[in-house]
Amino acid sequence: MSTATKDPKTRGKAPAGEKIADWADGRVGLYSLAKANMRKIFPDHWSFLLGEICLYSFIILILTGVYLTMFFVPSMAEVEYHGSYVPMQGVMMTEAYASTLDISFDVRGGLLVRQIHHWAALIFVVGIMFHMMRVFFTGSFRKPREINWLFGWTLFILAVFTGLTGYSLPDDLLSGTGIRFMEGAILSMPVVGTYIQMFLFGGEFPGHDIIPRFFVIHVLLLPGIMLGLVAAHLILIIYHKHTHFAGPGRTNDNVVGMPFLPIYMAKAGGFFFLVFGVIAAIAATATINPVWVLGPYRPDQVSTNAQPDWYLGFSEGLVRMMPGWEWVIPGGYTLNFGLMIPLAVFPGVLVLIGLYPFFESWLTRDNREHHIAQRPRNAPTRTGLGVAWLVAYGVALVAGGNDVWAVNFNLSINAITWVCRIGFFVFPVVAFVITRRICLGLQRRDREKVLHGRETGVIKRLPHGEFVEVHEPLPREALYTLTAHDQDRPAELGPETDENGVRRKVSPLERLRVKISRGYFGEQAQIPKPTSEEYREITSGHGHH
Amino acid sequence: MSSRTDQTESRNDSSGDHLPDQREGGAVAEADDPFADPGLPPHEPRRQDIDERAARRSERTVAFLFTLSMLATVGFIASYVAIPIDEIVFIWPFGHISGLNFALGLTLGLALFCIGAGAIHWARTLMSDEEVAEERHAVEATPEVKAHVLEEFAKGAAESQIGRRKLARNTLLGALGLVPLAGVVLLRDLGPLPEDKLHHTAWQEGSLIINEATLQPLRPEDITVGSLTQAMPEGLDPHAENFHAEIAKAAVMLVRLEPEDIKDPRSAEWGHEGILCYSKICTHIGCPATLYEQQSHHALCPCHQSTFDLADGAKVLFGPAGHPLPQLRITVNDEGFLQALGDFEEPPGPSFWERG
Repeated sequence: MSTATKDPKTRGKAPAGEKIADWADGRVGLYSLAKANMRKIFPDHWSFLLGEICLYSFIILILTGVYLTMFFVPSMAEVEYHGSYVPMQGVMMTEAYASTLDISFDVRGGLLVRQIHHWAALIFVVGIMFHMMRVFFTGSFRKPREINWLFGWTLFILAVFTGLTGYSLPDDLLSGTGIRFMEGAILSMPVVGTYIQMFLFGGEFPGHDIIPRFFVIHVLLLPGIMLGLVAAHLILIIYHKHTHFAGPGRTNDNVVGMPFLPIYMAKAGGFFFLVFGVIAAIAATATINPVWVLGPYRPDQVSTNAQPDWYLGFSEGLVRMMPGWEWVIPGGYTLNFGLMIPLAVFPGVLVLIGLYPFFESWLTRDNREHHIAQRPRNAPTRTGLGVAWLVAYGVALVAGGNDVWAVNFNLSINAITWVCRIGFFVFPVVAFVITRRICLGLQRRDREKVLHGRETGVIKRLPHGEFVEVHEPLPREALYTLTAHDQDRPAELGPETDENGVRRKVSPLERLRVKISRGYFGEQAQIPKPTSEEYREITSGHGHH
Repeated sequence: MSSRTDQTESRNDSSGDHLPDQREGGAVAEADDPFADPGLPPHEPRRQDIDERAARRSERTVAFLFTLSMLATVGFIASYVAIPIDEIVFIWPFGHISGLNFALGLTLGLALFCIGAGAIHWARTLMSDEEVAEERHAVEATPEVKAHVLEEFAKGAAESQIGRRKLARNTLLGALGLVPLAGVVLLRDLGPLPEDKLHHTAWQEGSLIINEATLQPLRPEDITVGSLTQAMPEGLDPHAENFHAEIAKAAVMLVRLEPEDIKDPRSAEWGHEGILCYSKICTHIGCPATLYEQQSHHALCPCHQSTFDLADGAKVLFGPAGHPLPQLRITVNDEGFLQALGDFEEPPGPSFWERG
């Protein structure tokens, strides 16, 4: 064997950090792990930060949430308040509400942590929605990322329900009203409604069990699942490597960007502190959920302007828009469509969003991997559908605050509700048509720019007196960027008969697919991108612009 | 063409005719194609890369931000110690706010923000900004790997004899299918069965009607035309354990209308001299529907704006509620107090399957 000084495994000579790394390598294979990931390339684009905001607010939520559990008492036992907030002294309230007042008024920094927690929750959900929009509109959900879309989609649903169970915990007048809403919604379920209500609440509303049960769901069950999903989401991102936009040198077979160590580590790590810092500053200056103003919950009291947190505003809107249809069917049973329909639309829409990647891959029969993020204009029908959905969501959100609009803008609440009822069906269609046209217009402009160059603003007078604007040909980089995208062709049914003249059987599903595919990729749905031949033909002639 | 595209092409079972032209892969593209990928542009050095003085200026900026963060953390601790928790200060434009919350939040925010800003400035100005390309590899395994795995799997499955030992397999499936039932059964005691709990309230024949504000029994003369009085049945103790569950069903509101304004004769008959007693729990999802508009006799629920016409048997005029507010039959007893003639004829509050 070699002498001690030449043995690479000698202890004592290497720096301390290397020794620790050696130790870890011998146990968990640190060096192999680092070899694969330490200098991993991450592409840069502002829209890629949206997902990071979600991750960081999730971490902030866990940090502040753990702190809050040290002081919060998840109990519905009634106590008389004797804390330092004078207006509530002597008032009967649950321990949950009393301990929330204690956090706000008797724990130094408690109010700050509570407000950071609540603000971070709002930013978490808003971040997820914008992140989902980014992924949707750029087609980043396509193969091989469909499963990661589903992970993110599940995280979105869980985030909403973690938010719901979280803001219900203080048991103030507003959150109690929210729980009452949930109870009413559960009761509207046919056959099983009353049973689920009794089992969830441990008896009649409100009972004494709902806050402790929500507490466990909010601090353990849902965050536990989310933590696992976040880990899986990140592992898949690393495994697939991030998508990037087309550009010179950026192809479907590579990823161009900066290495994790040191650039991405510094930027992403720094961004965590930026997000945390901004949320702390918001929590310092903007009050959120001032439960002390509202008082404890009593089922026979309510405040006006009762709204859920914004991310459930659209479900509130669906309920407010719905006419009060209620049937009593033979046998003496009640069907409450006024609640059942909105509460079926909610999960129905979620399922459509979750399954969209699979719908599109069925439609295109495209089995290739896609690592280039599309520009929304280059997928006009998808972009139109996304915007239509956003508009429907917006209308529902407006309807969810119809009382606030009515009061602040001095409008009739009935008129607002009717506008929303009609608008929910009409505005998305209008938005779809307009968005698709805008996308096609942008595609035409791209085509124009590629074939005729950039407008320079320089006017030239020709010898025969004609004035023309000088167009400057685009550089090669821009030409490539604007023509790098794929254009799908509409599916075709194929010949009616096969080679032997026998009528081919085409399933109705296939006919439907062809029809939808024409809508997506047909002549009216995309502008053919310029070809090299067209470009050569135009640029070879002189004097034409 | 790149090898990756070829691979996917070969594994693609459909012909691929419907797909767009094969992608043009990077450097291999024809040289005379005007739309060919020109490749990564050459790296442009930043000022800091060539001017050491600019680089040192950047370092000073980064160090300044980190120092500011340290000072802010000291400020955070100082605020925690020095500012009393109950001090309210006026700060424009936020108004009267908690001084401690404001100081802690801003110092913490600054301390965190400056670390982030410093790190990002460092990364942007001093660390290398040269873009690097990394190859991607197809996620799908090669056919050899796939064949190997399937073969190994078949071997493993055969060794387990799961295909041959049908009795063992089926009983295993049975056991695995049944064992979750234990968990389901355990959920039974989460709550009681509904039975007829939602059909009954604390009201019974002879219950006095207690004013919720004064906790005194109401007389007809306490209720004037145009007013709305909130009330509950006698015997409900706000300190009792089941108070909330009882008041959630039994809360009522009383209005007095001019007898000629009452459109529904049954409603008038169930009242007393124009005093009508309705459940105040909205039939939509159960908020108290007590925003009363005395001129039109409309009661509005602030949660979802269901509007009930109290002059017409609390019929739904607008909004998502599905049926009228139940009315309580009332009368006056020998001592001149209002009292109930029994429980509600139909369950108050949100509707449910068995409501009928």
